[in-house]
Amino acid sequence: MKSQHWLWAASLTAYAFLYVPLAVVVLFSFNDSTLNAQWVGFTTHWYAKLLGDGEMLRAAANSVLIALLSSSIATVLGAMAGLAMHRYRFRFLPVLVLTPVAMPEILLGVSLLLFFRQVLDLTLGFLSILVAHITFSIGFVAVIVRARLAGMDESIFEAARDLGATPWATFRRITLPLIMPALVAGYLMSFTLSIDDFVITFFVAGVGVTTLPLQIYSMIKVAVTPEVNAVSTLLMALTLTLIFVASRFAPDVLKAKA
Amino acid sequence: MSDPRTQPADLTKWVVTLPPTAFLLVFFLTPALIVVAASFGEPGEFGGLAPWPAHSLDAYRFLFGDIIYLEIFARSFLVAVLTTLICIVLAYPLAWLIARSPARRRDLLVLLVMLPFASNFLVRIYAWIMLLGPANLLYTPFAVIAGMVYVHLPFMILPLYANLEKHDPALLEAAQDLGANAWTRFWRVTFPLSLPGVFAGSALVFIPVLGMFAVPELLGGTGDILIGNLIKEQFLENRDWPLGSALAIMLTGAVLGLAGCAAWAARKGLHGTEAIT
Amino acid sequence: MVLLELKNITRRFGDLVAVQDVTLSIESGEFFTLLGPSGCGKTTILRMVAGFDAPDEGDILLDGRSLAGVPPEKRPLHTVFQSYALFPHMTVAGNVAFPLEMAGCSRDETRRRVNETLALVHLTDKAGQFPHELSGGQKQRVALARGLVNQPRLLLLDESLGALDAKLREEMQIELIALQREVGITFIFVTHAQDEALALSHRIAVMRAGRIEQCDEPDKLYTSPANRFVADFVGKINLLEVEVTASSKVLLKLKAAGLGEIAATDPRPISVGERGAFALRPELIRVFDHRESADLKNRFEGRVKELLYLGDVTLYKVELANGFIIEALMPNAASGRAKFYEVGDPVAVCWRQDAGVYLRN
Repeated sequence: MKSQHWLWAASLTAYAFLYVPLAVVVLFSFNDSTLNAQWVGFTTHWYAKLLGDGEMLRAAANSVLIALLSSSIATVLGAMAGLAMHRYRFRFLPVLVLTPVAMPEILLGVSLLLFFRQVLDLTLGFLSILVAHITFSIGFVAVIVRARLAGMDESIFEAARDLGATPWATFRRITLPLIMPALVAGYLMSFTLSIDDFVITFFVAGVGVTTLPLQIYSMIKVAVTPEVNAVSTLLMALTLTLIFVASRFAPDVLKAKA
Repeated sequence: MSDPRTQPADLTKWVVTLPPTAFLLVFFLTPALIVVAASFGEPGEFGGLAPWPAHSLDAYRFLFGDIIYLEIFARSFLVAVLTTLICIVLAYPLAWLIARSPARRRDLLVLLVMLPFASNFLVRIYAWIMLLGPANLLYTPFAVIAGMVYVHLPFMILPLYANLEKHDPALLEAAQDLGANAWTRFWRVTFPLSLPGVFAGSALVFIPVLGMFAVPELLGGTGDILIGNLIKEQFLENRDWPLGSALAIMLTGAVLGLAGCAAWAARKGLHGTEAIT
Repeated sequence: MVLLELKNITRRFGDLVAVQDVTLSIESGEFFTLLGPSGCGKTTILRMVAGFDAPDEGDILLDGRSLAGVPPEKRPLHTVFQSYALFPHMTVAGNVAFPLEMAGCSRDETRRRVNETLALVHLTDKAGQFPHELSGGQKQRVALARGLVNQPRLLLLDESLGALDAKLREEMQIELIALQREVGITFIFVTHAQDEALALSHRIAVMRAGRIEQCDEPDKLYTSPANRFVADFVGKINLLEVEVTASSKVLLKLKAAGLGEIAATDPRPISVGERGAFALRPELIRVFDHRESADLKNRFEGRVKELLYLGDVTLYKVELANGFIIEALMPNAASGRAKFYEVGDPVAVCWRQDAGVYLRN
């Protein structure tokens, strides 16, 4: 049928549109040339250069450390928020938890910059980035946890108490095991978001601390060499793996990210 | 149906709700209010903000006084509208295809859509720098739109797909049985029913695009700056924080207004599509 | 011996009074049922006994001690939920062991009691399976086992048989009765199905709009309903509007407009001129040829309006002289063939003087 062909063609174009640019980036990370204009030859020289680049390694270390810490805290706070949103229908809670996710990132970045500098007189750096990342990750974890809870038979929790479990025992033996997949997915998503974040980090990082995305940004602005491609490829591989693993734990995780 | 609970549960309620609420009140709500306050402030001696008592309406006067700001706002809206429309056109066939695929393949297809999204946002922009540079299309409005679309396309595909997946195939069969051709079936049955998905996707594209600065900065020319660039400039380069705050407030207002319209439209105009949201 | 007492329990939700001044005493070892249409307050009462809700007024006493302020986990009673509420991440054995673990039982003791209880509900071979692998009836039995394993003072069942299909329901009813009699634990059962209530219970409390209309043994409830609602809710009933024309210890004469006089009996002192309803069960009415006479006082003529052949019985709807359509249930012949009257046939109905009950307004 003609309409089928048209549909396939259009979809293939869309997929190509999505993948070709990235494929080019990956491909040219192996390009043996300082300019990115033309393909010269195959080399892994740029990856080696990356590993020797002190600033890059520091940025990577920062990114990973911040991601680990912020995801841990965000998962705990987000789980609480998701639990609260599902169980106690406070009107304000979804608004408070989800707006940081819905708003353009620049607004969050700017408001935190003001807050840290003007009110707290805090030097921008590690701590400010950490707090910023936690703030926007809470919403993601909350949504995933809430979705998991919504799919469960509510009376289970009452049954646990009815059978003699204190609220804490109910949480430990029933709630926690049942939301664990959501927690894992939430953790991985927060990690990914944190590692990848550019806009908000850009505003609250200050002078002393850099993260991978910030490094990439300055590299793009200053001097474009295939080193950028190399670090981009590595970063992509990392986040891809994380999202893939996350989707094993909670199928909704991809929809939550959108 | 259950209502009040006995006492220990009340304590649990607060133990669970308080920490995230407190965190967000301090690190989200308060900064938001600071921005509002700052927009009425005066620039400090070395940039930033002058200490508390100093206040003025200068920032807003400046904003409303100079036509250039209105131009930039208008341009940002235009870019957002264009990006959204192009995203709808590109996303629709793909979402439709995925929704019509056999169930097993669907998850894979969705994953394939999401994977590019897994790449870092800057990397996605950089890819276009690479592609457009040699073609001499860099630093043009085309580059900006292309970049915006590329970065946000998955946001349109997923909600649209989620909606289309729920459509009852029997509806189209019924339409065909009653004499409708392919185009009519699409335009009169599928599209109206997919509107909630279209709106959801549009919101997820339009709002972030409004606030973007990286795409125009890296892909656009000097004539292409948008609200996001302005805000960034004021905060980090010019250090005129009151003006930056005022701009941020205007952007927030625009976003809230749009969100409000979207919610209103979702509630009102979509008769018969309530079952599919 | 009284196990549970509800004293003047009232519960309001805003303007709605869900439970109004309810007083009940439940004996140890009883199978007690709260019966009523949805919204009558029976589930609310159950939840208050379980501890998930608290009365606004009144008190609940278990073994003479008030349960006010005692949280659900500390009450020595358990609930079998309508959806069974089995823990999906634990096996059958894990589910049944849960209350024992909460009570701090040793591992050996727990294992012993779990096996014992699983044997009681005939699920020993399913011990290692997960809830999603079980059928509805099996889940029901796991929920029962879980509620009984640590021998609570009381077991609450919330419309537990509602999700089962008719045949399975009947089987479970029989099992439930046997289980309760064997274990001896007091059951409080909530249902809207009156046939279930009649079959299972030692006593039934019929509820409507938050109040108890009548609390009695099943057969008393059936043969001597206290008012129109109970008469109509439990089983089928014919209700005729009547006026008292004569009253004595041996004879109560009731005049039904357009029909004539009905002879009934009632031990209560009833004044002449009083208005009320005459309630008569369909199976107590005999339908016969209108040319036959009957030596019963209550004989009326009419025409067959409708009839329903139900296999073992036939339900006749007979239109009487005053337009009232009386329902009569006649057993079919021993061979299973009914002696049908056709629609439109003139017939006569009759019933004994002691059949039927006079209900005051």
